[in-house]
Amino acid sequence: MIELIDIHKSFGSQSVLDGLNLLIPEGMITAVIGPSGEGKSVLLKHIIGLLKPDQGDVLVDGRSIVGLRRSQLNQVREKFAMVFQNAALFDSMTVYENVAFALEEKTSLARNEIQRRVAVALQEVGLKDVNHKYPDELSGGMKKRVGLARALLLEPQIILFDEPTTGLDPVIRRAIHQLIRQTHKKFGFTAVIVSHDIPDIFGVADHIAMLYRGKILQFGTPDDIQNSDNPVVRQFITGSLDGPINSGAA
Amino acid sequence: MIEAVRFIGSTTIRLIQELGRAGHFLIYSLYTLARRPGRPVHLLKQIRFIGAKSLFVIVLTAVFTGMVLGLQGYYTLTKFGSEGMLGAAVALSLIRELGPVLSALMVTGRAGSAITAEIGIMRISEQIDALETMSLDPYKYLVSPKFLAAIISMPLLCSIFDVVGIYGGWLIGVKLLGVNPGAYFSEMYKAIEWKDVYSGYVKSFSFGIIIAWIGCYKGYYAGHGAEGVSKATTESVVLTSVLILVWDYFLTSILL
Repeated sequence: MIELIDIHKSFGSQSVLDGLNLLIPEGMITAVIGPSGEGKSVLLKHIIGLLKPDQGDVLVDGRSIVGLRRSQLNQVREKFAMVFQNAALFDSMTVYENVAFALEEKTSLARNEIQRRVAVALQEVGLKDVNHKYPDELSGGMKKRVGLARALLLEPQIILFDEPTTGLDPVIRRAIHQLIRQTHKKFGFTAVIVSHDIPDIFGVADHIAMLYRGKILQFGTPDDIQNSDNPVVRQFITGSLDGPINSGAA
Repeated sequence: MIEAVRFIGSTTIRLIQELGRAGHFLIYSLYTLARRPGRPVHLLKQIRFIGAKSLFVIVLTAVFTGMVLGLQGYYTLTKFGSEGMLGAAVALSLIRELGPVLSALMVTGRAGSAITAEIGIMRISEQIDALETMSLDPYKYLVSPKFLAAIISMPLLCSIFDVVGIYGGWLIGVKLLGVNPGAYFSEMYKAIEWKDVYSGYVKSFSFGIIIAWIGCYKGYYAGHGAEGVSKATTESVVLTSVLILVWDYFLTSILL
């Protein structure tokens, strides 16, 4: 279970997270939605310790990760994997090398075993005959799949997805969502997805958290969010131009 | 007036912070290198990139530097009737000073800038974050191999520079200007001491650390976007070159 308690984070004079509290249930898919520039990716980076809060605490399975030394933080990160918005594949390595990298560096597995596991991971995400391709030879959707394969290979308990479908066409977007759902069902990890995909995300996530002005405005099931009375939530999910998000009155 | 004081104060604080961060980066990199040097394959790749691929530019620079030293040395020494000392003059200049400094400046231009650009692009495209999320220490995989490769490569490149430069001077002095070939080499053997060679190696070794340090540091903390990487690369080359020359002065004054 992941718990964010009273998180404050500013960059210079700009306050991004302002007393954010969030409890992410174990073994479920939680989506964080909200307008652009509200700090969704910043929130995700706090969960995995890439950013430290100015104030507040982040608990992973009851243990605070704020202020841990690099080696201690790395121990906690063994539970995690992250799929980045632009996949963040190592651009000077092939697909095979990208997926195998962590296994080669962190384990003493035989080459044959690593090859087998990479093949299985790539198969899980529906990719074949891409081993020798470089990231710049792949489409956006394929990059996301390679990113997911790289994440799955480490058998993490928690996977963080930073806008996994940004820049993809509707068909590929749906395919990626379906892939997340399928792999979650198979491996049972806790997932946190930062997303703008309304309404698709309601069919993927078990819980939705609406981030607005540095705080979680509403947390609930997709039904709760879709039937919300909150004007900000309503405007965001309907995509209306008129409302508190534009006027800043919320 | 208050604005001016505020500006000076904030600039000073920023400079001190930057120095502290750069110092911490160097110490942590050397610590990582000593403790967890990483797999040999990463080191070999970097030695190939920093060392082997710099060979052409080093040889080219060395041969022309030696030739210029041959010409200038001959011109000066004939005024005192001691052109037989040309070999010693060329070799001493190269081994003590020009070999380490010029080879370091050449490697800075070729490999130092590329190190900054590579790490900078990895920073802005979240590849370094990706390493961290896999609980892999970026210092171990990106920084340490470059440090060790630069430390190993620089003295070797410097040696090659010295030898090629000496033969560049020989080509001009002996073959073109008619200096006695026996005198060229025998005076050189008499003049060069182990201390001269040693001081050249100490210099190139420390220049290797400077190249890797600034190259990696500037890339690791590159700003945003392509402009951030471009700025970091320029700063890296300028700062490394200046540091090499300044550090060379202090080392020379100690090692003389």
